[in-house]
Amino acid sequence: MTSSLTRPDVEQVRTWLEDVPDPEVPAVSVMDLGIVRDVQWSGDELVVAITPTYSGCPATSVIAFDIEAALRARGLDRLRVERRLSPPWTTDWISQEGRRKLEAYGIAPPAENAGGPSVFDRLLRKPLVIACPRCKSENTARISEFGSTPCKAQYRCDDCLEPFDYFKCI
Amino acid sequence: MSGQEALFEYLLRLGDNALILGHRLSEWCGHSPALEEDLALSNVALDLIGQTQLWLNLAGEVEGKGRDADKLAYLRDARDFRNLLLVEQPNGDFAATMARQFYFDAWHYLLLRDLTGSKNARIAEIAAKGLKEVTYHLERSQEWVLRLGDGTEESHRRMQTAVDDLWMYTGEMFESDEVDQAMVREGIGPDLSSLHEPWLGLMRSTTDEATLTLPQPGWAQRGGKRGIHSEHLGYILADLQFLQRAYPNATW
Repeated sequence: MTSSLTRPDVEQVRTWLEDVPDPEVPAVSVMDLGIVRDVQWSGDELVVAITPTYSGCPATSVIAFDIEAALRARGLDRLRVERRLSPPWTTDWISQEGRRKLEAYGIAPPAENAGGPSVFDRLLRKPLVIACPRCKSENTARISEFGSTPCKAQYRCDDCLEPFDYFKCI
Repeated sequence: MSGQEALFEYLLRLGDNALILGHRLSEWCGHSPALEEDLALSNVALDLIGQTQLWLNLAGEVEGKGRDADKLAYLRDARDFRNLLLVEQPNGDFAATMARQFYFDAWHYLLLRDLTGSKNARIAEIAAKGLKEVTYHLERSQEWVLRLGDGTEESHRRMQTAVDDLWMYTGEMFESDEVDQAMVREGIGPDLSSLHEPWLGLMRSTTDEATLTLPQPGWAQRGGKRGIHSEHLGYILADLQFLQRAYPNATW
């Protein structure tokens, strides 16, 4: 059992969670993506709050399991991972470090802040310019609004001719 | 009907719309005209099934009889489903699927946007989550109506046919009954008739740009919200519920 003398502080736990990769995009951690919303002690139980990226994201239960396994491996035996829906996850919570890792991995990071104009206005607007994560060219075209997971769209670079994923803003 | 019963009915409608349309879209998996579309349709289906879990789990809590989202999805008969007739219509060709989606997405977007201000905090947070996803659904389905409407002679003909054929199922989205009125009184949900004007505005501007003709208001087919469905729903449930009916409580 973890006593108050031996229990690690939450900053330490956060550092450990930096090593837990996202199951779908293993280049970034669950901390980088902003999925972990809160870490705190409730008596002698550690409570980690996570939020799903998309409501149907099948990775959410895997993430909860991975977090629990990682913390148990660090010797924590009284812990609970809880799901929190509100406020809803936004790509604005992806850290600068996370954005850098995504790009290095070949996924263009979100290009703007979420929560912009309403969709009825956005439908009249010109599409965003997304730079190719490989050659940095801005001569790119969207192939589809959805990619290999709900959080990504598919693009093509018209200079280096490589297809790539774009992590879209929500 | 008590307030709790009305709330349960209302949550079933929200959940069943997402469930049945999500299931319809999943039927395209492996059959779409292009790989990108296969992925996109499956992803939209996944969003909708995710939203279904949130709505139906809450419905089960409100009902208080120990039913969760799985029990509500797999163990009710057609007469107990509360989805709109629009979402159970067959996929047809790709134009029919996209016209159905555009009609629904625009309405769904407006409804969820209003529900983010619901006095029921649980409903407001599910709506806020879903709204982000539905925004992408709407952008995409509008793009397809534009592309096919203002495309080739063949694609135009198919999209015009789809827009015409599905039109009679749109009226039901804006009609209120005692359940909807109870939600308005309690500050839980919007007056559905207030969604009609903005919805119609987007339909007009989109069909104009797509060189399509928007059908005239006319006879509206209705009944889904009260459990009176077209014959299609039974076939959907036969597919969706087969496993739990044949092997009760099976898990994997």
